[in-house]
Amino acid sequence: MSITNLAFIVVLGIFFFVLFFHAANFFLDIYERRQNKKYNFENSARVIIFITPAFIVLFIFILYPVFETIRLSFYDKFGREFVGLYNYKWAINDPEFKRSILNNLGWLLIVPTLSTFFGLLIANLADRVWWGSIAKSIIFMPMAISFVGAGVIWKFIYEYRGPENTQIGLLNAIIVSFGYEPQAWLTIPLWNNIFLMAIMIWIQTGLALVIFSAALRSIPKEMLEAARIDGASEIKIFFSIIIPYLEQTILVIWTLITIIVLRIFDIIFAMTNGEWQTGVLANLMYDWMFRGGGDSGRGSVLAIVIMIGVIPILAWNLYKHRQEQKI
Amino acid sequence: MKKISLPSIFSQLLLLFFVLIWIIPTFGLFISSLRDKDLLAISGWWTSLTTTKVNEIYRMAGMENQIKEGDFFIIKGKLFDSNSGKKIQSFGITSKRINEFAVDDIAILKDDSFVTVNEDGEYILKSEKEFSKKKGKRLFITALSPPAFTFDNYREVLFKEGIGRAFINTMAVALPSTLIPLIICSFFAYALTWMKFFGRDTLLAIIIASLVVPLQMSLIPILTIYNDFGALFGVAAKSYPGVWMAHTGFGLASTTFLLRNFLKSLPNEMMEAAKVDGATHYDIFLRIILPLSVPAFASIFILQFLWCWNDLLVGLVFLDQVPSEIILTAKLKELLGSRGENWEILTTGAFVSMTVPLFIFFALQRYFIRGLVAGSVKG
Repeated sequence: MSITNLAFIVVLGIFFFVLFFHAANFFLDIYERRQNKKYNFENSARVIIFITPAFIVLFIFILYPVFETIRLSFYDKFGREFVGLYNYKWAINDPEFKRSILNNLGWLLIVPTLSTFFGLLIANLADRVWWGSIAKSIIFMPMAISFVGAGVIWKFIYEYRGPENTQIGLLNAIIVSFGYEPQAWLTIPLWNNIFLMAIMIWIQTGLALVIFSAALRSIPKEMLEAARIDGASEIKIFFSIIIPYLEQTILVIWTLITIIVLRIFDIIFAMTNGEWQTGVLANLMYDWMFRGGGDSGRGSVLAIVIMIGVIPILAWNLYKHRQEQKI
Repeated sequence: MKKISLPSIFSQLLLLFFVLIWIIPTFGLFISSLRDKDLLAISGWWTSLTTTKVNEIYRMAGMENQIKEGDFFIIKGKLFDSNSGKKIQSFGITSKRINEFAVDDIAILKDDSFVTVNEDGEYILKSEKEFSKKKGKRLFITALSPPAFTFDNYREVLFKEGIGRAFINTMAVALPSTLIPLIICSFFAYALTWMKFFGRDTLLAIIIASLVVPLQMSLIPILTIYNDFGALFGVAAKSYPGVWMAHTGFGLASTTFLLRNFLKSLPNEMMEAAKVDGATHYDIFLRIILPLSVPAFASIFILQFLWCWNDLLVGLVFLDQVPSEIILTAKLKELLGSRGENWEILTTGAFVSMTVPLFIFFALQRYFIRGLVAGSVKG
């Protein structure tokens, strides 16, 4: 497709939706006038115009797929024959699946915790120094770039050359300057997971940082002043006032990063493609969507396992929503 | 001004440490993308920031360049372009002793010819006998090289490696994928906030539940729908409109949620006044809500746009990996596999893919942060 054609369909695609809403409302107005109906603010035809497009999209892309994925997990690789729990049994006995689950658990344990911790720490430090906002900007920046871009950045840091060559990767250059042997970091099982997680922490700390910065401003200044006058050390203030005060925020950020980490795919796909025991569920699923012509049964089981991870969060959100509605 | 105290110095140092760890990787990538590709392959990027010592091998001109001047046969020439700013410190004529002679010293070669080199790389080779070899002799030099940067890699990557086209493709994916949900969801959020209809609360609960549903749950069924749809109507199963709608679907819940939170905060009285004047919901939406929502739209636009721009999985699954459809992240991933050793292509390609996000980041940071903070209120 040529670039002009592409630009044309892009504009067309966007205007289609603008036009739809405008035309639909316009014709409704004309119709109402023709019918000489009394002015009716709560017009159910208008409700339909307002919600139908979004609802159709919601239905096709979220609601139907959730049930379809559950159905497919009980069917064979083409989604034709019912096979009961066969796909689930396969998953339990599959060594790759076990490895992925363990890796996912490692990611879930380490990344949200460290990102939240660093975010809180840096937000606090940045609040005290005059160049704090520049520092925050810099640490927040990785949030804007893609996981693949971040992958390239860090792959360059981890780059390995044989011991006889000059190291062009920063990490190995540092190691060599201290007199150690250079390492192919991404191929050392277990440790390579840590190196991949470092990338995610590097990205997500910025998210935690900006949210904490906003939350820190809500702590009453008087409380901190009072503590300082009473002679409390900064470390004591941090653990006894700031952390308890931000408990809710910490929980929110931790959940937020957990959700992102649970479906982590790009970084591993770009860096190791799941080799050297770094695979996670999302990668294994992508693999099974296409491996051997694709196996929708196994892929669906893997998607469901990821989904199970978010169900507690989903339930908690709905519970909180209900509480709010009552007020 | 605060008093300078030990804890304050300690916090400054600690923060500086974090800032350095966070900035150095990106900075290294940026510097590398501006370096000469041959140098990039043999030396760390940090060496390019200062004047460094380099060892190089050059070949002098051969017999056809000789001229006769008095009793001598002379070959004159330059080893490198003087614009490069390199200054030779020493040179040698055998690979065993590359630092044998200082600049302007006279070195005597095996065939009794002699050569002298000045620091700008100009050499004079003299001999009493006529030179008879086509191939020139080798010179080994040690020179101080100042930092030198070039845009060659960008030219190469944008036009030869297909990154330029991928950039346009990504734009063609990201713009509609951001605007379509924004249009659809602003009506949806309006209805959820201000209209009364049966099942509104249930719909809201569904939106909140959908917020956290991983997009992996949707991949297989939607791919099947697209394949069936393509086969039924004889069109390509993977297409730009397909990706737009997929992104719209995956961004719908969060966009609606954020917009509804914003609309809820608008005062009710305005609505009532407009209602008394006989305005319809569409009038209110166009004349009152839209103008008021611009800041909220800006935040949501940025969040969704960056999400679509940076996405890999959706582009990988719902677009063909051909030059006219491949997006930047998928292209980068492809290059990581096929050109994993060509760091000049990878670093430059990655930087090109980061230009738009970084621009948005620096120009519209306020809206970006506002969106993130608003979105995190519930998770």
